[in-house]
Amino acid sequence: MTQTATELVPHIQSLLGNDLLDAYLSYDMTTLVVKSNAVINALKTLKEDEKLDFHFMTDLCGVHYPTNKGLELGVVYHLHNFKTNIRIRIETFFSELDPRLETATTLWPAANWMERETYDFYGIIFEGHPDLRRILNMDDLGMFPMLKYNPLEDQTRTDKNDKMFGR
Amino acid sequence: MSEINMGQAPEGIQGSGFFATSFEKVIALARSNSLWPLPFATSCCGIEFMATMASTYDIARFGSERPSFSPRQADMLMVMGTIAKKMAPVVRQVYEQMAEPKWVMAVGACASSGGIFDTYSVLQGIDKIVPVDVYVPGCPPRPEQIIDGLMRVQHLAKNEPLKYRDSDEYKKLLSGYGFD
Repeated sequence: MTQTATELVPHIQSLLGNDLLDAYLSYDMTTLVVKSNAVINALKTLKEDEKLDFHFMTDLCGVHYPTNKGLELGVVYHLHNFKTNIRIRIETFFSELDPRLETATTLWPAANWMERETYDFYGIIFEGHPDLRRILNMDDLGMFPMLKYNPLEDQTRTDKNDKMFGR
Repeated sequence: MSEINMGQAPEGIQGSGFFATSFEKVIALARSNSLWPLPFATSCCGIEFMATMASTYDIARFGSERPSFSPRQADMLMVMGTIAKKMAPVVRQVYEQMAEPKWVMAVGACASSGGIFDTYSVLQGIDKIVPVDVYVPGCPPRPEQIIDGLMRVQHLAKNEPLKYRDSDEYKKLLSGYGFD
């Protein structure tokens, strides 16, 4: 029988200790919630532990829950072990007043552009990143568009009036 | 076989072995029937332009035989597709590099108004950054509509006064868009 990520949770728990805040199954994927100041250490453990061996980072992205006071912003990492074909998701949350996190570029060079994208859209500052600047949006955008405080529609649009479009 | 209609010669004085007319009419006629387009295609409208350019619809029938991929030899800028705000300076630069006289055609809803992309990253119509002569509606427009747009540009070119590009009116239009 093939191993699942859920079966690895006790082992991960023993390695991470108090840094692991929660572990649950979400959309058939084991998800770990990790303290934000320990996330890189946790990723390093997941990558380098012989039994876990999550050596490939599939994705890194930001997320914003404005109602989750004190832990509004988050970063989500997706890791993959090719040998056993097990995937795992790591989440970490922190305050939007101090959106700082250590960079994952020290573990995976692939994190470089993904962290730039996350910075571009959420304003999360990855400390130690070699070249943290906007990657997709224009340089003088002047906002972090995926933060939910921003209006959905472009404010310069003139051909849509409220009478016709019910905005 | 379809009937062939001959184009009308401009007004003038005809005699044995000569034909005299004004430069304004001859130049306008020549310009309007040899508009070299610069396709600035970013998405699905560009695919429709490819059909317009290819043998079935054949834009060459209207004198636009040679799509110019350098702005310096182009007469007509055809912007087809969504223009992101990050792309806006590129459109401006391409427009600026074109020699006078030049015309601009906004093909499709996105180039004309931003289309369905009413969002922070998309320019809400290229007329925010460059003057537009003809708008072609559609999402995307059919090749027939693009050809109709081209014929409207031809109409503009044919009826343009010779000194229009030197006029104060035109200079005012350009300076309104921030071009010198």
